Amino acid sequence: MNLLEVKGLGISFGGLKAVDDVSFAVKPGEIVSVIGPNGAGKTTLFNMISGIYLPSRGSVTLKGQDVTGTAPHKLAEMGLSRTFQNLQVFQEMTVLENVLAGYHLRVRGSILADLLSLPSMRRRAATAREGAQALLTRVRLDKAAGQEAGSLSYGALKRLEIARALALNPSILLLDEPAAGCNAVETEEIDHLIAELAASGIAILLVEHDMKLVMRISNHIVVLDHGEKIAEGDPVTVSRNPQVIAAYLGADHAEATHADS
Amino acid sequence: MGSRRKWIQLAVLAALIIVLPFFFPSSYYYRVGALIFVNALAVVGMVILIGYAGQISLGHAGFAGIGAYACALAPEYLGLHPGLALILGAVTSGVLALLIGRPILRLKGYYLGVATLGFGILVSMVLTNERALTGGPDGMSVADPGLRGMLRDLGWRLSVGELWYGVSAIALLIGAWVALNLFDSPTGRAMRALHGSEVAASTVGVDVARQKLRAFVISALYASVSGSLLALQNGFITPDVAGFMHSIEMVTMAVLGGVGSVLGGTLGAAILTTLPQVLTIFAEYEQLVLGAVMILVMIFLPQGLLPSIARRFRGRDE
Amino acid sequence: MDALLQFIFSGMTVGAVYALVALGFTIIYNASDVVNFAQGEFVMLGGMITVFTYMAGVPLPLAAVLAIVATAAVGVALNKLAIEPARGAPVVSLIIITIGASILIRGAAQLIFDKQLHRFPAFSGDAPLRVMGATILPQSLWVIGGAILVFVGLWLFFTRTLTGKAVLATANNRVAAQLVGINTNWVMTLSFGLSAAIGAFAGVLVTPITLVSYDIGVGLALKGFAGAMLGGMGNPKGALVGGLLLGLLEAMTAGYLSSQYKDAVAFIVILAVLFVMPHGLFGSKSVERV
Repeated sequence: MNLLEVKGLGISFGGLKAVDDVSFAVKPGEIVSVIGPNGAGKTTLFNMISGIYLPSRGSVTLKGQDVTGTAPHKLAEMGLSRTFQNLQVFQEMTVLENVLAGYHLRVRGSILADLLSLPSMRRRAATAREGAQALLTRVRLDKAAGQEAGSLSYGALKRLEIARALALNPSILLLDEPAAGCNAVETEEIDHLIAELAASGIAILLVEHDMKLVMRISNHIVVLDHGEKIAEGDPVTVSRNPQVIAAYLGADHAEATHADS
Repeated sequence: MGSRRKWIQLAVLAALIIVLPFFFPSSYYYRVGALIFVNALAVVGMVILIGYAGQISLGHAGFAGIGAYACALAPEYLGLHPGLALILGAVTSGVLALLIGRPILRLKGYYLGVATLGFGILVSMVLTNERALTGGPDGMSVADPGLRGMLRDLGWRLSVGELWYGVSAIALLIGAWVALNLFDSPTGRAMRALHGSEVAASTVGVDVARQKLRAFVISALYASVSGSLLALQNGFITPDVAGFMHSIEMVTMAVLGGVGSVLGGTLGAAILTTLPQVLTIFAEYEQLVLGAVMILVMIFLPQGLLPSIARRFRGRDE
Repeated sequence: MDALLQFIFSGMTVGAVYALVALGFTIIYNASDVVNFAQGEFVMLGGMITVFTYMAGVPLPLAAVLAIVATAAVGVALNKLAIEPARGAPVVSLIIITIGASILIRGAAQLIFDKQLHRFPAFSGDAPLRVMGATILPQSLWVIGGAILVFVGLWLFFTRTLTGKAVLATANNRVAAQLVGINTNWVMTLSFGLSAAIGAFAGVLVTPITLVSYDIGVGLALKGFAGAMLGGMGNPKGALVGGLLLGLLEAMTAGYLSSQYKDAVAFIVILAVLFVMPHGLFGSKSVERV
């Protein structure tokens, strides 16, 4: 069964179709990438799937349930989690607290327990703290746990967002350009991390400009141009699609890919 | 880490409360102290609303007015003990905050400002205009809760000033403890997260509307209890307690001391409460100085007094 | 019917003043994203300075001009001394700065002038004019006419002059405006001066009717702020409609319901409008970009 299904999804801003009639599906443990030139509507698509924008047309189905227009916090409860292209980190909280915020759903309890610091709250908090520490170690930010998040480098913030998203224990993770602004080493780390996550059964929906990364790890690729889906398929098929080459990859890259394969 | 910081802050606060009276030149200062603590209690509520959850209110004096007049009206018309009236006031404020909070908190920034301002003005207008009930702009007297008599029967003789200094200090300590608990709890973290980024908070599962509402109701409870204590210790109350200037005072105290910080808010309350007392000698210049202080602190110490000072100290350590 | 017309007249007069204060809020907000709570003090200064220079023997028209120029200077000083140094501060800090400025100006006015109520003669006498069974003061016509003049003048300024367009561009996108070579600091200074002058002008017009004292600013700022929000912050058309609507509502409530609760109805309507339209009547809805 498909974990996530997008059917005929579209949105207009002031009469302008930003995304139109996009359909695709994601299975558990699969890595699906959405690619396309700047302004193709990738982030807008993400915002519709994650409930931040209300789509004008079409539907989103998560675990067999129609979730079109469902609020983001409800989607989070259903196991959908995401990161942001332009970073939405809680700047004034520490690195650890950012990840702890990701544990919100698992540690929330009665408000009274929180106000009075009852033992039940402290137990919940302690569990979350252990989990958060482990996640920080996983993205190699454990040494920065006590720092204010605003003081981290760009690449570190990207990893912090991934750790925060993982804290939800999601079944599907939407990553919006996780490797943007990262150096070669960091990109490789993210590459491994994504593969690892997928291997553990988490479905990954990825927007990424680093084509090498996309071609290497994706099971399936959806290509957008001007808000519309122009192609989809496995990396090899997509990279050979003439329409994709014309619209996006460019002749050089297409040749390079051919040479590789 | 969180827990230790909480107890350090509470210990500092408690120490100040105990030590300060030794420096009081006259018993009059107990009254000033009590006033500081009562104001600080409301400010701690503002710290939760503004500092934690990032929402503004220019009308929280409305809740202080409800708390204050509950203590004045309930004993007179319902025969309720003034202490119970305080609870009745808090419940009323809480329910009202719950009802108006949901639609109001959908608004952002200045729109939220004007909506809360409207609420505060409505409350103060009712208190001013319902003369038959509230005595109008001249105010009304508040029944004595009889605490002093009770303590005397237990063999504890306190002056009026000492009594309210103690009661207000205990109320503030409890209020500060609760606010500090909240800061490091899942709920408090959710509030601070939505302050940082509403979108990101919602994607980690925070019901943003619900958490804003919680902060609004909690801060309304603080304001209400603060208003009640003010009424009880003064034995008299006027609609000014619910007025626009009182709302502004609350916000200013919170921001001046360092919004987001419970101790900072208390410091802000202390400064803005004592400033007019000090300036009574130069009554003419009171407004001039107050306005100048507000502007200068915001320009030169935009984080507020306490965080700015703390930062400087930390800078020296390194 | 006569009563209705009477209420409309008084509502238009008060509403015109609110609209001018709201306009002052709007201009500064557009240029700097700051809501200037000292806007009411500009009105007070306009009235007070005119009163005192007039009492000193200066002819009324000249006194009025002096008051407007002096208040504009106060507006510029406010921007240079308090707003510019705090650039980038959060909304709450800016609110406190402008409220601090309003308290400071009030305190200074109380020292320099006094705490009494003042007025100067109406421009065209105090004999009420009869219109269809209702009466209107000639000064009310001055107020309404003055407000119309300001709005028309500003509309021409924003649509016909390069400077006006620069102000609009800055309101739209500060960074982009800087990139095309607009001196945004100068735009801010201009906006504060202009807002203060408009406020002072309103004070000059309305003082013969409502009188002036050092503390009239708070109430006016609240009403003007409310009017601006009702119309939709940042939109001059909204300021005009919001201000007038607020004045009319007050007059109708005072006339038909209760004069004590005239302010209450105004705020209830504002709350109701904001619940339905969170950005006011003419405010634009913005899509949050993430």
